[in-house]
Amino acid sequence: MQGLAGVAACGTVSGTGAAAPPKPYMPVFFNAAEWNFLLAACDRLIPADANGPGALALNVPRFIDQQMTTPYAQGAQWYMAAPFVQGPDNLGYQLPYPPRDLYRHGIAGMNAHATTRHAKPFAALAPDVQDDLLRAAEGGRLVFGDVPSAAFFDQLLANVMEGAFSDPIHGGNTGLGGWAMLGFPGARADFMDWVDRYGAHYPLGSVSITGETA
Amino acid sequence: MSDDARTLKPVDVVVVGGGWAGSIMAKEMTEAGRTVVMLERGPDRSTAGEGAYPASIDELEGNFRYKLFQDLSKNTVTIRNNANQTALPYRRMAAFLPGEGVGGAGLHWSGVHFRMPPDDLRLRSRVIEKYGAKFIPEGMNLQDYGVTYEELEPFFDKAEKVFGTSGEAYKVNGQVVGQGNVFSPSRSDHFPLPPLKDVYTAHLFRKAAAEVGFHPYSLPAANASQQYTNPYGVQMGPCNFCGYCSGYACYMYSKASPNVNILPVLRRHPLFELRANCHVLKVERDSTGTRATGVTYTDAEGKVVTQPAEMVILTAFQFHNVRLMLLSGIGKPYDPVKNEGVVGRNFVYQNVTTSVVWLDPKVETNQYIGAGGGGVAFDDFNSENFDHGPLGFVGGSPVWVNQAGVKAIAGAHSGGPPGTPRWGSAWKAGMIDTYRHSLRIDAHGANMAYRDVYLDLDPTWKDAYGQPLLRMTFDWKDNDIRMNRYVVDRIGDVAKAMGARNVHLTRREFGKPFDTRQYQTTHLGGGAVMGTDPQTSALNRYMQSWDVHNVFVIGANAFPQGTGYNPTGMVAALAYWAAHHIRTTYLAHPGPLAG
Repeated sequence: MQGLAGVAACGTVSGTGAAAPPKPYMPVFFNAAEWNFLLAACDRLIPADANGPGALALNVPRFIDQQMTTPYAQGAQWYMAAPFVQGPDNLGYQLPYPPRDLYRHGIAGMNAHATTRHAKPFAALAPDVQDDLLRAAEGGRLVFGDVPSAAFFDQLLANVMEGAFSDPIHGGNTGLGGWAMLGFPGARADFMDWVDRYGAHYPLGSVSITGETA
Repeated sequence: MSDDARTLKPVDVVVVGGGWAGSIMAKEMTEAGRTVVMLERGPDRSTAGEGAYPASIDELEGNFRYKLFQDLSKNTVTIRNNANQTALPYRRMAAFLPGEGVGGAGLHWSGVHFRMPPDDLRLRSRVIEKYGAKFIPEGMNLQDYGVTYEELEPFFDKAEKVFGTSGEAYKVNGQVVGQGNVFSPSRSDHFPLPPLKDVYTAHLFRKAAAEVGFHPYSLPAANASQQYTNPYGVQMGPCNFCGYCSGYACYMYSKASPNVNILPVLRRHPLFELRANCHVLKVERDSTGTRATGVTYTDAEGKVVTQPAEMVILTAFQFHNVRLMLLSGIGKPYDPVKNEGVVGRNFVYQNVTTSVVWLDPKVETNQYIGAGGGGVAFDDFNSENFDHGPLGFVGGSPVWVNQAGVKAIAGAHSGGPPGTPRWGSAWKAGMIDTYRHSLRIDAHGANMAYRDVYLDLDPTWKDAYGQPLLRMTFDWKDNDIRMNRYVVDRIGDVAKAMGARNVHLTRREFGKPFDTRQYQTTHLGGGAVMGTDPQTSALNRYMQSWDVHNVFVIGANAFPQGTGYNPTGMVAALAYWAAHHIRTTYLAHPGPLAG
């Protein structure tokens, strides 16, 4: 149910309810099993709560799927020359995998772990069990072949944050909901008349690069 | 040389790197009537292109996809903490963010624009005068620059006028004239523009620092507080505190950049030619090895080309200058075991930690408002402004609120107070509270030079052109950790005076190695330092190679040790200083300027 609920929410632009729901987003990079994981994990990493919308309403999974077709996800900006020698953590990332491969290995690993331990894929588990698994991955306590779980988790979490809080032009932050919860004005980028209004709440809502407002 | 090599028509001067140093040197050499070719390994860039609003106001592209930064896939460095480790490639951008493309990091820097403190320029001499030679810890290579503040002053002044720097002087021609930094030396003139307005957090910091008894001042900022026309005739608009400085081309034409302040004039000069997407492989030398004959580079089509020249001026980023010297055999490479050689010696970083102060939740700190160079600092614990005797460490740290504009993704990543989870509802609550109601205070400290901290060529990994990567051997040392911890405690005093609801003081920890995964600063320095002794410096005091007199090397690579200040103002002044001596002496009498 988690996964299906996620699909519905993810395809909804603002959750106004009355209008017919738009067609759910069809992922380009992720397969069905991966997509279900991504929806479920995003929902735990940024849950909807009293402080604002969650990752699903912000279309974070769509953002991540769209990122996977950019040069970034293929490691085009990373130094990827061999040999790949593992060393102390503080000397940084040394795996031969660009983001796309980290997702492929990481999601398969998370689902395999969930199936072995709980006889269900990640998306079908109860939220508190999902949280435990995510915490285990975050803490590096799982191993997915030669991918330490923390490397996958850090990649996922970084992209989730980007999806929730970047300009909607990239596919996430739907309705500027991420920015609204922070009080971040986005592309307004002109505070000439507010720089010395000390401690006061900025009165204008957020605006995106394409002129969408919230 | 490979078979497909082509040799081009000779020019007077080749400038390697199209950032601040390269643009200044090219401008000066064309003024002197010399033909100049500038080779820039990255693409051509302009404020009208990369800075165009609103597309430029995109945090994902600017700060997370590093649109304007070095392409690490082609060339990076390897890093290790000590000589017993295997250095590993810096595969993803994190700890430092070198630039690339026309304008270099000068296109997308913040804009903090300092003069080097007089005591920092002769730090070894000053420390010995005050505390005795025994005060210098074993293994620390403390040195003087070989140039004084008085000698550099006209060039600091010139750089500020070209950059359109905003600030408030303390002393002009020996007279106290304003509320500037009481520790700063006398100036020959005021800043070209008045200081930027204080953002709220800087305003609170100024008040609290003064209450505690420190001496706050407006950070000198190359972000124009008013409309400005510089001596080259190019115009800047007033900064509107948009918060998109570091990582971005300034759409307001307010932040000084080579692209706005120098290149519009240079590009039209008949003696100047810019070649973008040209990666220099090597400085060529004649059979004696003591004279450069030009450079060999890979052009935009991937062809290997030789450009003969009478003079070669290296103006790439700090560590690229050092690497080019090593790849070209200019100067003796440093050997830390024998403690001999100079190229790669005295590699330094900067010792920055950021503490966080939470204010009353009713108060909005509006951290997204900012100017990259704006803010308020105090220098009571910088340079030799305080008595190090009882403290037992060398070096110091300015302290400041430099709210350059914290945007949404960065805010989300920063999260909540220590102990808050990195995700889930608890993260959300802590992160939103922190974003809306906190402020950040930096201890922006110096990092000293040590015998076992250095640069050399990596034995294993290569760049896209088949040349060895540069290898960094770097770690934090106890002297610098103690300095940081002392200064951060003073931040605690100021935070208390601000009426903080909560304070997290971030101190460097003993035994915790340099972590390449955390952004710290791009203020790397040293590795090919200036000085008066060819045994301990690669360059003489005019930035000229001791060994190959028609090679000049301009950049933070010349700093013998780190400084608490941002390096760009000093690099620009050193460029004008070197250019002055090239124009007044070297061009008429080519040869060593110091002996």
